[in-house]
Amino acid sequence: MRWRIVSGDRPGHPVATALLLVLLVALAFAPFLFPGTRSVAAAARICIFIVLAASYDILLGYTGIVSFAHTMFFAIGAYGVAIPLANGWIGWDAVLAGGLGGAALAAGIAAAIGLLSLRVRKIFFSMITLAVASLAQLLATQWRDITGGEDGLTFSLPRILSPAFRLLSDPVLGVRIDGRLITYYLIFAVSLALFWLMLRIVNSPFGRVLQAIRENEFRAEALGYRTIVYRTLASALSAGMAAIAGALMALLLRYNGPEATMSFAIMVDVLLMVVIGGMGTLYGPALGAAVIVLAQYYLQPGLQALSDAAGALPLLPALFHPDRWLLWLGVLFILIVYFLPAGIVGSLRRRSRA
Amino acid sequence: MTGAKARPDWAPYLVLPVVAVLALPAMAFPTWLTLTVAGAAMGMMLFLMASGLTLIFGLMDVLNFAHGAFITLGAYVAVSVLGRLAGLGAADSVMLNLIALAAAVLVAACVSGAVGWAFERVIIRRVYGSHLQQILITVGGLIVAQQLVIVLWGPQPLQIPKPAALRGSFIAGGAAIEAYRMVAVALGLLIFLAMHLVLNRTRIGLLVRAGVENREMVEALGYRIRRLFVGVFVAGTALAGIGGVMWGVYQEIVTPAIGDEMTILIFIVIIIGGLGSVTGCFASAILVGLTANYVGYLSPKLALGCNIALMVAVLLWRPRGLFPVAKQ
Amino acid sequence: MPEPALLTLEGVHTHIGRYHILHGVDLVVPKGRLTVLLGRNGAGKTTTLRSIMGLWRASAGRITFGGADITAMATPDIARRGIAYVPETMGIFTQLTVRENMLLATTSGRFDEARLDGVFALFPVLKQKWHDAAGGLSGGQKQMLAISRAIVEERRLLVVDEPTKGLAPAVIEHLIEGFRQLKQTRTTILLVEQNFHMARSLGDNVAVMDDGRVVHTGTMAALAADEALQSRLLGLSLASHQ
Repeated sequence: MRWRIVSGDRPGHPVATALLLVLLVALAFAPFLFPGTRSVAAAARICIFIVLAASYDILLGYTGIVSFAHTMFFAIGAYGVAIPLANGWIGWDAVLAGGLGGAALAAGIAAAIGLLSLRVRKIFFSMITLAVASLAQLLATQWRDITGGEDGLTFSLPRILSPAFRLLSDPVLGVRIDGRLITYYLIFAVSLALFWLMLRIVNSPFGRVLQAIRENEFRAEALGYRTIVYRTLASALSAGMAAIAGALMALLLRYNGPEATMSFAIMVDVLLMVVIGGMGTLYGPALGAAVIVLAQYYLQPGLQALSDAAGALPLLPALFHPDRWLLWLGVLFILIVYFLPAGIVGSLRRRSRA
Repeated sequence: MTGAKARPDWAPYLVLPVVAVLALPAMAFPTWLTLTVAGAAMGMMLFLMASGLTLIFGLMDVLNFAHGAFITLGAYVAVSVLGRLAGLGAADSVMLNLIALAAAVLVAACVSGAVGWAFERVIIRRVYGSHLQQILITVGGLIVAQQLVIVLWGPQPLQIPKPAALRGSFIAGGAAIEAYRMVAVALGLLIFLAMHLVLNRTRIGLLVRAGVENREMVEALGYRIRRLFVGVFVAGTALAGIGGVMWGVYQEIVTPAIGDEMTILIFIVIIIGGLGSVTGCFASAILVGLTANYVGYLSPKLALGCNIALMVAVLLWRPRGLFPVAKQ
Repeated sequence: MPEPALLTLEGVHTHIGRYHILHGVDLVVPKGRLTVLLGRNGAGKTTTLRSIMGLWRASAGRITFGGADITAMATPDIARRGIAYVPETMGIFTQLTVRENMLLATTSGRFDEARLDGVFALFPVLKQKWHDAAGGLSGGQKQMLAISRAIVEERRLLVVDEPTKGLAPAVIEHLIEGFRQLKQTRTTILLVEQNFHMARSLGDNVAVMDDGRVVHTGTMAALAADEALQSRLLGLSLASHQ
């Protein structure tokens, strides 16, 4: 296989490689392998969360900074697309302008936060991003004229992407070639391109400097790298990527609101994806995204079954209530940070090196 | 609070009076007085919630993102205790009312402290030295704790009965002043003084102050700082529980998100104050309380934004907070 | 007759992160003597002291103190066995007063007045600054405080890391005088020093480190008398650095 196109960065273990290839093939042919609106929507979510988690990994895994504002950038991209479309400017130019404008705005905000808080103290950064994210959430819910408040914005897409559009009159392999399918492949293609781009970036000299800073900040500084500049750039890049993922999310949902793209629950999901898959590997978060999205789609019904089975027992039905799935994700998260801190891909890599 | 200083540094002490005086021309005096008392009361409650977090960070360099869970826990314990003691709380006697509140405070402190002890053993102990792991693991702990609160008390908001006598207000200087706010101010001051005495007049306090500055040297002098830290962690979480009671009763309604909402304010408080400084925490808690109340009156929409603006302003002025702690 | 060993290191290896710093240190500190540890920067002197104190963990080898194996002990337990440590950074609590700094070094929480008077006789300036914040002291005064803290109660061993670093010559003379008086009380001392003048005027025994190992041990008198040995060891260690 020609690893050169991904800068020689291999998954690092045959099992990881196999899993990633399965994921790639599954996503590439999802509408044909798993027909049905629900499963295609799940596949599209996986694509989007791969970009979101990988972009978060640039920050968390490659610089060791924990940000809680990542969903804010995700939401900025989503609003970037949603606002023009919901206001009647329906066209490709609106999608492009909204998505790229959102990405630019997100990168700008991230750079501003970075310059302010990475200057003071690294530990402040996490706390400050939390505060800024909560402010953004407040803005999104209060500024009703623009964002639609809690209700959010519903909009229609350019004609080719709308569900009613038919590209071919006859189904191919039993699947209708409609706007929904085109939307899926648009999301798939953009996600794949962005993921590839991120792989190239983290394996470029820039990415190596980031890793050097993560390993030993003082040494990197002594070698003449201005750590603040590099961290801020990484932060801006990560935010821009998250915003594009957000734009894709808006296209998928044909809706955007605070709950859809900026809730704390999504932030927790992204953290989980990166940590479960393996921080600082980029491939890991891709696997993590698949695992978590699938768990969301298929774990909740499982919890319901457990809850029903526990029926008459005290407290157990409440513990296994489908709405308490976050509890179990939290427990899983703690266990992984303890026992598998390198995540799936990191642990596999370590094993193949040993 | 950190003993004698090398150079007296008066500027941070002036911030509070300057803010209070600046707000005066913007409103009528009775309004100003009401808001100032409200801000001070809010500040005292913030101080209760934040002081433990800043000490925990100062002493062990541990940033506990789950601190808010102990606020939530305290508030829910208050719901249960005041619910049981409804007779005392509704009685037509200030004394009995205060006893009901004191009982809630005590039980909440004990429960939060006990859970804090377990939390330190299970969650925190293994991740010393790595901020990244601490943040991740405590966020995990926060999620679990919050979900457990929902399992135990349900997801819906709960009413919390404010003891009868504390609902009323009295008139002073032409302004209506709510009795409960005075209780909050009194309790906050009491605990601040107690912390001050413990930190400056006892051997344990001496060790804590020394440990905040250089914990390695404290160990090299023969002290087991781990035990000290467990003590501070338990005390800090107990204080968060007390803060949760006071805040919950103040709001008269408790939701599972009560701790999360406060966490952001608390982070702002400890960043402004200077991580690890109890005096800084006290001053900045009141600063945040006053600013929130003044701005909330003058321009309600800016209320949360103003705290972030305040934090940014302070950090631009003093990148390590108002009362930076010397670290070696 | 040679004094019995109070502290011995046998084949001690220490890693800091990925770096292997000590490559099998063998060292004997005899009771009642002042042993000087010489060597250029980066030879592993500070790492040796920190390994003794348990501040960095030896990955192999054995450290015994007064007959007990302290290799795996926690720092506070090592200190409680009677070792006072003065780090290179002095470890002064700048926010605490001079008195509070000293108080922390007492096991009971109160001072032995007679011993305190002895400390004041050694370093009178500390008595004047007794209630001042230690952060306001000069570099030399901080070093005096750091040493006073180590001797405010009787300890079996003093471990002192480069006390003269960055100090003016007059202050160094004052410190040498202080150490001389300490030696008269037969206190066992392990002293890391780059200043050969100070090392020569105080040391009974000497150990020279290079590249994470002890490459020479002997009496200071023998080293001081043997210029060829000096230039071989110290030319390599000190002159190469200066």
